[in-house]
Order: sequence, then C-alpha cells, then structure tokens
Amino acid sequence: MSAPLLQIDRVRKAFGDHVVLDDLSLDVREHQVVVLIGSSGSGKSTLLRCINLLEEVDDGAITMAGQEITDPRVDANQVRSRIGMVFQSYNLFPHLRVLDNVALAPRLVHKMDKTEARERAAAMLDRVGLGAKARSFPDELSGGQQQRVAIARALVGQPALMLLDEVTSALDPELVGEVLALLEELKGEGTTMVLATHEMSFARHVADQVCFLHQGRILEQGPPDQVLVEPREQRTRDFLRRFTG
Amino acid sequence: MSAGSADGARATAWAPSARQVERDSYRRGRARRSVLIAVVSTVAVAAVAVLALVSSPGWPRVRKSFLDPHVAWESLPRVLEGLWLNVRVMVVCAVIIVVLAMLLALARTLRGPAFFPLRALATGYVDVFRGLPLILVLLLVGFGLPGLRLQGIPTSAVVLGGVALVLTYSAYVAEVFRAGIESVHPSQIASARSLGLTRGQTLRHVVLPQAVRRVIPPLLNDLVSLSKDSGLISILGAIDAVRAAQLKTAEYANFTPYVVAGVLFVLLTIPLTRFTDALAKRGGWLGSQSGLAGAGAMR
Amino acid sequence: MRTTTRILALAAASALALAACAPVDDDGSDGASPAASDGALDTLTDGVLTIGTSDPAYEPWIVDNDPSNGKGYESAVAYAVAEQLGYDADQVEWVNVTFDQIIAPGAKSFDIAINQVSISPERAENLDFSSSYYDTAQAVVTVEGSPAADAASLADLKDVKLGAMVGTTSLQVAQDAIDPNTDIQVFNDNDQVKQALTSGLVDAIVVDLPTALYITAAELDGGVLVGQLPAGDDPDQFGIVLDKDSSLTQPVTDAVDALREDGTLDDLQAEWLTDAAGAPVLK
Repeated sequence: MSAPLLQIDRVRKAFGDHVVLDDLSLDVREHQVVVLIGSSGSGKSTLLRCINLLEEVDDGAITMAGQEITDPRVDANQVRSRIGMVFQSYNLFPHLRVLDNVALAPRLVHKMDKTEARERAAAMLDRVGLGAKARSFPDELSGGQQQRVAIARALVGQPALMLLDEVTSALDPELVGEVLALLEELKGEGTTMVLATHEMSFARHVADQVCFLHQGRILEQGPPDQVLVEPREQRTRDFLRRFTG
Repeated sequence: MSAGSADGARATAWAPSARQVERDSYRRGRARRSVLIAVVSTVAVAAVAVLALVSSPGWPRVRKSFLDPHVAWESLPRVLEGLWLNVRVMVVCAVIIVVLAMLLALARTLRGPAFFPLRALATGYVDVFRGLPLILVLLLVGFGLPGLRLQGIPTSAVVLGGVALVLTYSAYVAEVFRAGIESVHPSQIASARSLGLTRGQTLRHVVLPQAVRRVIPPLLNDLVSLSKDSGLISILGAIDAVRAAQLKTAEYANFTPYVVAGVLFVLLTIPLTRFTDALAKRGGWLGSQSGLAGAGAMR
Repeated sequence: MRTTTRILALAAASALALAACAPVDDDGSDGASPAASDGALDTLTDGVLTIGTSDPAYEPWIVDNDPSNGKGYESAVAYAVAEQLGYDADQVEWVNVTFDQIIAPGAKSFDIAINQVSISPERAENLDFSSSYYDTAQAVVTVEGSPAADAASLADLKDVKLGAMVGTTSLQVAQDAIDPNTDIQVFNDNDQVKQALTSGLVDAIVVDLPTALYITAAELDGGVLVGQLPAGDDPDQFGIVLDKDSSLTQPVTDAVDALREDGTLDDLQAEWLTDAAGAPVLK
C-alpha cells in the first residue's frame, strides 16, 4: 500500500485559551474523498485552513506527498499552489471578470503566459458548465454559478488535493444540486477531496470515509454506511438526529 | 364570453379599472398643485431677495465695486493666467501625492517585526503632516528651505509651494488609501493566498484594485480641496488666480476681479464635483447595490 | 381652497419682508454738503478726524508702528493736514485699515486714509484722492552676494528674480521698466518681501525709494541699494484716500496744496526722508 497523500499527525491548534484542534490525526489516501461532519466550532474549518497553511499549527505535523508542509522552512505559497480550496462564501474577485478570476493563478503562480492561462481557464469553465459566463462579472451570477466558478478556479491549477469548506451552506436549496453534481463528477475523475459539509445524503453517496469531529477530536471515523447510518458513538447519534434522512 | 374567444388564446391587454383611473387622476391633480406652489414660492422668494438687494441704498456702489464689467474684462486675462498656474500645480501635485500616499499606506499596512522601522516612520510622517496646518508648512518650506542656502535647493515659489502641498496632502490621502486597503474583506486575501499567490501578488492583483475603487469618492473630494489650496503657493510669491485678482483689485481699487476669480474657480470645480457624484451613484466598480428590490412607492 | 390661502400668505410675507428692508440712514455719502469752517466738517464722529493707516506700518512713513506719535513722514503730514482743517492733535484718532478696507464700498471706518497709496486714473474712478503729498520713484534693493548686487543698468536686472509687495505700483513700474525674464514674485506685505530677499527666495526687491533708503541703511544686513527705476512719464504720486464723492475731498486737497505752497511738505520731507542723492537712476 502506498503512503497516504495527506498525513495529519497529532495536530493541535488553539486560539488564545480556546483549543479548537486537540491532538487530531487523520490520513487521506490518493483519490479518496473524506467528509468531515460535526457541529460548528468542532474544528472542521480550522482543520482545513491548517492543511492549507492559512493557519499555523501549534503542535503536530502535516505531511503531503512525503513533504512535511508544516515545516517553517517550506515555501507555503508553493504548497498552496498544489492544494485547491473552495470556501463557503465563494470569494470570487469582484473586480475581475469570471474568466480572469480563473486565469489569475495560472498566470501568476504557475507562470503561464496570458493566452495560455486564458485558454486553460476557458476550458475549465466549460468543464463546470459556465463557458458562456466567461465575460461576466461575479455579481451577475447566481450563488450556485459563483460557487462553480470558485471550484473551477481552484481546479485549474491541477491541485493534488481539493479542500471544500461547507461549499453549499450559503446557497439557496435549489442551487445546491448543481454544485453537488459537479463534486460527484470530480470524485468520478479520481480527485482527492477533503470536504466539510452538512449535506448528509451527499456525504453518504460520495464519501469514502466520514469523520465526525467533536471538540477538536475525531470522535468517530469510518465508511459512510457505518458512521451515518449505524454510528457507534452516542454523540454521533445525537448530532445526526438533527438531520432527517 | 363570446364564442369567438375560444379560438387562438389571444391575450387581452390589461386596462385600468374605473377605480384606478380615479386614483391616478387624483394623484395627478395633487402633483400639479405641488408644482404650482413650488414655482410660485420660489419666484416669490427670489423676487424678494432681488428687490431687497437692488433697492438698498448702497447697491449702486456695491454693484460698481463688485460687478463692474469694464474691470472684469480688463482683469480676465491676468486672472486666467493665474488660474492656469493653479491647474498646473494641482495636476502635477495630485500625481505625486497619489504615488507618495500609496507608498505611505502600504508601509503602514506591512506586517512583521522586520518592517517596524518603516511602519513607525510612515506613522510618524502621517501624524506630523496631518497635525501641521498647511500654511505653516508652506511658510516653513518656502522661506526656510532656501534660507539654508544648500546647493540644489530650488528657490522657485511654485516648486517649494508644490513640495509643501505634496508633503501635507500625502498624509491625508495615505489615510484614505489605508482605510480602503483595510476595508477589503480578509476572505478575499484568504482566497488569493489559497490559490498560491504570494503576499505581494495578493496586494497588487486582489487587494489594491478593490481598495482603490472603494476610495475614489473621498479621493476626488481631496482633489477638489487641492484645487483650492493650490492657490496658497501665492504666499511664496507665485501669482495664482486669487493673487492675480488681488493685484488687479489694487490696480483699479475695485473688487470685481475677486468675483471673476471666484466664478472661474467654481467653473473649474463643477465638472469635478459632478463626476464625483456620478461615480458615487454608480457605486463604484464593485457592481451596483443601489436600487433596493421590493421598495414600493414612498408616500 | 388651501392653495390660495397659502399663496396669499406668501405674498403677505413677501410684502412684510420688503418693508423690513427699509434703507438705513447713511452718513454723509450723498452729495457734497458745504464745507463748514473749523471743526464743523462732516466727519464720522463730530469734532474728531479719523485717519486710517495700515498695521504694521513701516518706516520712514510711520515710526514704531504708532502713527499717533507724530513721527514719520506720513504721520507728520497727517497731523499737518488735520491742523489745516482745524483739528488739534488730540482731535485726531487713528484706525487700522487694510488696503481692501480702504477701497471697499460702503461706510468707511475712517474719514481719510494715508498709506502710500498711489494716485491713478483707474483708482480715481472708485476712490477720491487729495493732491499728491509726495512724488516718489521706485528703487531696487538687494543684499551683498546676490546676483543683483553688481547690477548697474536695467538690462543687468532682466535675469534677476524680483519681488514686490501686493497692491503697490512697484510691481507695475518694475514690469514696465525692467521687463524681467522671470515673473515678478508678489508678497502679502513688506515684511514678507524682506524675508523673501534675505532667505534667497528672490534676488532683489522693488520698493518705493524712501522705503528702499530706509531698509538698506537700517534694516537689512549687507543691504545694497542698486538704484532708482526711471520714473517714466508720470512719477508715482502718493495721495490721501477718501471715500468716493466724500464731502471732505475738497477741504483735504486744499489743505495739502496749502502745505505744499508754504514749504511744509518740503520741510517734513527733509526731516523724515533720507536724501536720495546716493541712489543713482538706472538706465
């Protein structure tokens, strides 16, 4: 068995006195989809931000493709260019057209020339079904469309790993479907993903592993059928009770 | 209805009911009355003001002293020449101010202990030059610098005055820029960094474009203010529009040149202020959030 | 109808407003009342002659910035004119006025003003002047070490940076006589003109001759009087300033003429104004 793509080893993160991640360990294999569930404050977002080096861990280590990325000597920008992250509030750049939003990183980070970057971006937009919107500005798109652009923007750099932080939570229910459909396609293509989500049915459908986080620790971990349908832990059961179906 | 309406569903256009027609006619009547009152009262007030003005005993003297057409005509060329100086100083200084202010704002937003001296210097500069009255800076720079008699120090009033304007205004504009930079939501920066952009790239491609667009209205305000303050270089000897008006006033013992200068300044400023208004209305380039959906007619 | 009532109310209010702006009685600004003799002139305050001059006021016109001490040429002339009009020294009051206040329309705060104001036809349309109490030339002053210090002719001054005070004819005379290559710099008052010279902001300044003689001798360190500017066809003439169509203009003019004829003006000039022999006329 090859080494996991991502190894999170006993990571600790606190903000002041508040411990958000407490001795947390997790392995993610290539092509795996790992779903994080848990109530707000359980540490899901913080974990994703730590993997992406947007936060510095207080202790422990994170290793990606054999390289310890939490080492301060490592070039964080380089690491981040190999990880794609999508946020709850899409965060598209409002002053750039959709195409330029997607082409920005290829141009600046991957050092492509303008034409090539634009072509790549256009191809990616077509891939997510928004080729026609390339010349529009973000505020002219619906929430679901903006989120799909955000996903395209994260994908265009061909990252080894995708991190998705509750990407459908801010969407109107009728727009959630189009985003989830896209994520399913990505899984079909073998994209390694770590997702935080509240969409339990989606998680059950798509996840290889589900981790229930509680107070900064992984309380329960396993295949979706186990964790979501027949959870072992009482707390997991209590949490899931809020979600019908 | 008639049997004929069964074929081809032709939609009947909506026509207002009798109730609506009555409402509309009532509203129109009220509107007409409002307009009439507005017109009449405006005319009445204006008439009273004008009558009060021209029937005052001192009016002929005042009119001759402030609105003498001959003096206005004679003083126009010189005042226009002075105004041209105001415009040139304003444009050149504005460009330098924007550059210097941006550098100061960036220096103040730099993080990390290594940059402390730069940050402290920038903060000190801004504090000092926002505290000093512009006229003091003009006098200190204008009379003091040449007094040092160092090689290479310019003695042109325009240059020295321009330096004083740049030193002072950069401090104010730097704060405007800094507010703009800090108003860009951290999530924008998080997104940019997540894509792998360095801090510098994030600043240049994501933060600054948004920051600058946000602060264009207050910036234009400062530009209008600068167009007036550009005249203060006349303290150092240069002849701007106001000083030219003063010279002509002394020559003719008549105040009309001041009125001429005033009119010219207003004409210069109006395009700027209208442009600012138009921009503010459009809500900048961040997309219009104006026009609340669902707001019904206000009674 | 409510609208009609409103309009009527507005009309009534307008009428009242007009009535309220009834003309206030003005002091002595229409027509010339016959000049009474000895202190019965139509002055601001009965029995007192109010004279305006600038603050700061400079030597040799006023000494110690205190016109009431009778020292300085203009102070002396003012008291002499007052005496001619029938006012003793203790019947004279001084007020502080700026040039703008002198020429502003409307009630003046003085009866007469004396402040090195040159007579000119343009100004005479808006002000009244007495006859000249002093004919003067303009002169160029500099300091040692300045590029203007060695100038011996008008042409030498063409490349020099000049400064002058606002509101004076120095500017116009310098412009006409020298026509310098750089614009003449203009300053708010004589103090700033001198500052500009000492700090190097300008290379030389143009002031009237008596002022030039005074500051070269007494005020500037290493001051150099380069020379007088040719007076051209009409020399600069200082006149006492009065409100347009003032009833005092004729009496004051007569007084100045009387002082000139009986030699008082010459005596005062000899006493207060330095001999101009040492100031060559530049060509």
